[in-house]
Amino acid sequence: MSFSSILSLGQTALELGLISSLTVLALFLSYSMLNVCDLSTDGCFTLGATVGAVVAIAGHPYLAIPCAMIAGVTSGFVTALLQTKMGIDSLLAGIIVNTALYSVNIAVMGNSSLLNMNKTDTVFTKMKDLLDSTFLAGQYRVIVAMIAVAAVILFLSLFLRTRLGLAIRATGNNPDMVRSSSINPVFTTIVGLCISNSFTALSGCLLAQSQRSVNIDIGSGMVTIALASLLIGNAFLGKGRIPVRAVGAVLGAFLFRVVYTIALRFNMPAFMLKFVSSVIVIIAISGPYLKSQIPLLRRRAENRSGRREEHA
Amino acid sequence: MLRISHISKTFNPGTVNAKLAIDDLSIHVGKGDFITIIGANGAGKSTLFGAISGSFITDSGRIELDGKDITLEPEFKRARSIGRLFQDPMRGSAPGMSIEENLALAAGHGGWLSSVSRADKKMFRERLSLLNMGLEDRMQQPVGLLSGGQRQALTLMMATINPPKLLLLDEHTAALDPATAEKVLELTTQIVDGGKLTCMMVTHNMQTALELGNRTIMMDHGKIIFDVSGEERERLTVADLLEQFKTASGRALDNDRMLLTR
Repeated sequence: MSFSSILSLGQTALELGLISSLTVLALFLSYSMLNVCDLSTDGCFTLGATVGAVVAIAGHPYLAIPCAMIAGVTSGFVTALLQTKMGIDSLLAGIIVNTALYSVNIAVMGNSSLLNMNKTDTVFTKMKDLLDSTFLAGQYRVIVAMIAVAAVILFLSLFLRTRLGLAIRATGNNPDMVRSSSINPVFTTIVGLCISNSFTALSGCLLAQSQRSVNIDIGSGMVTIALASLLIGNAFLGKGRIPVRAVGAVLGAFLFRVVYTIALRFNMPAFMLKFVSSVIVIIAISGPYLKSQIPLLRRRAENRSGRREEHA
Repeated sequence: MLRISHISKTFNPGTVNAKLAIDDLSIHVGKGDFITIIGANGAGKSTLFGAISGSFITDSGRIELDGKDITLEPEFKRARSIGRLFQDPMRGSAPGMSIEENLALAAGHGGWLSSVSRADKKMFRERLSLLNMGLEDRMQQPVGLLSGGQRQALTLMMATINPPKLLLLDEHTAALDPATAEKVLELTTQIVDGGKLTCMMVTHNMQTALELGNRTIMMDHGKIIFDVSGEERERLTVADLLEQFKTASGRALDNDRMLLTR
């Protein structure tokens, strides 16, 4: 394989990693901070993609971004409302919203499951025009993604230091404490999920614009892929201050893409992506648990072999 | 300050597990009162605190705090004027957040989008140094690294950083080793006396119950069976208290921890 093809593969991994890292940052807020596993992520990602695509096709590539994010906020609000005010379990609330969003997404795309943006102006084409004939011309996709990621990291770093941000973190960190404090966990959960879902939708919106098409399956498996990335990032930069951990989440998304790209080079079929992400999540979550069980298993084994010796 | 009139609470009503935890209870707590509460297991001491702080809404009756009816107010709203400490020292602070962040949350200064000010940081440092635990030099460390005693002292500080109208202490030293328990109790009296706080404290230590505060109540089966203050209380000994329980309830006091502590 030539150097230039390695470079171009690296670039693809970087671009896709950066775009999907926005979803990873969303989970960083909902899963790591608020301790809610938001299973509406897949549908919300697709919602961002469809809403963004429809607005961009209508001729407003910039407006597409806030529109997609507002759609995400709405979806997050509903998910949060179901689990805080209507007595629905948090996992179930996510699944319900995810299912409903499938219909919503088809409706947004005008009763179709596919939208094409080949001739549409997107934020990426705008950036390409802007950078035309400069030395950065070839990097326009990465630059757009990088701006979005930097903005979200900056926002999270500042936001999680505010009183509201601290309250959201406490809600996830010690619900008992929050329940008997002056923080209203309903409020913090709603705000947290609204914000995280706006990032998920932004992620979907940018992916759609970058690949110039949307189909109804664009977000399927996103929650597992993002969770895998988040946990990979945690392994490297899981300790320390919030900005470091947020950067870790992005690094995780990038590493995930790199591993995936390498695996593809070794003839792993593309359809294995979701299987691999599931295995990573299983290992990352069950690993520490299984490790803690080793002493017990060892003692049991010793006990058994001891008994056998007695019999002999 | 706190006026409770005829509150009752039954848990699991209509089932075989139905339990009348609070039975037509009334009490008036004056401003600046420091009441110690004793009673057998399941007497309703913690349930009373739950009712006051809004962990559940009572089935009947009325609760007034500082002239305001809070009977139906949700827990987080009452928490602005009621501080509460539990037996479990892990319950009152967020382990994954730093000491400073926990204190900032408790202080709640500024708007939702403001972050900790320099003045607040200085104030936290000064307050922490009063605990004599060296916590003022560990402000950026996560609370999860602290010992149980340190965490309970921090929780006490968090609960009183904005002087609450009422402080509820639910056996808050029971899970600590004797030396630490004594220290936390000392801090408690220091803070309560210093801030002239109105305070109710559940304890299983009869001696503490008589030594601290200005009034002692004894609970049994969701009712207050004995309420003593002033001179009469000063003359009271632990033996008198046990005798009093026997007369009032018709049986010996059977708090499993009480038998072991003097």
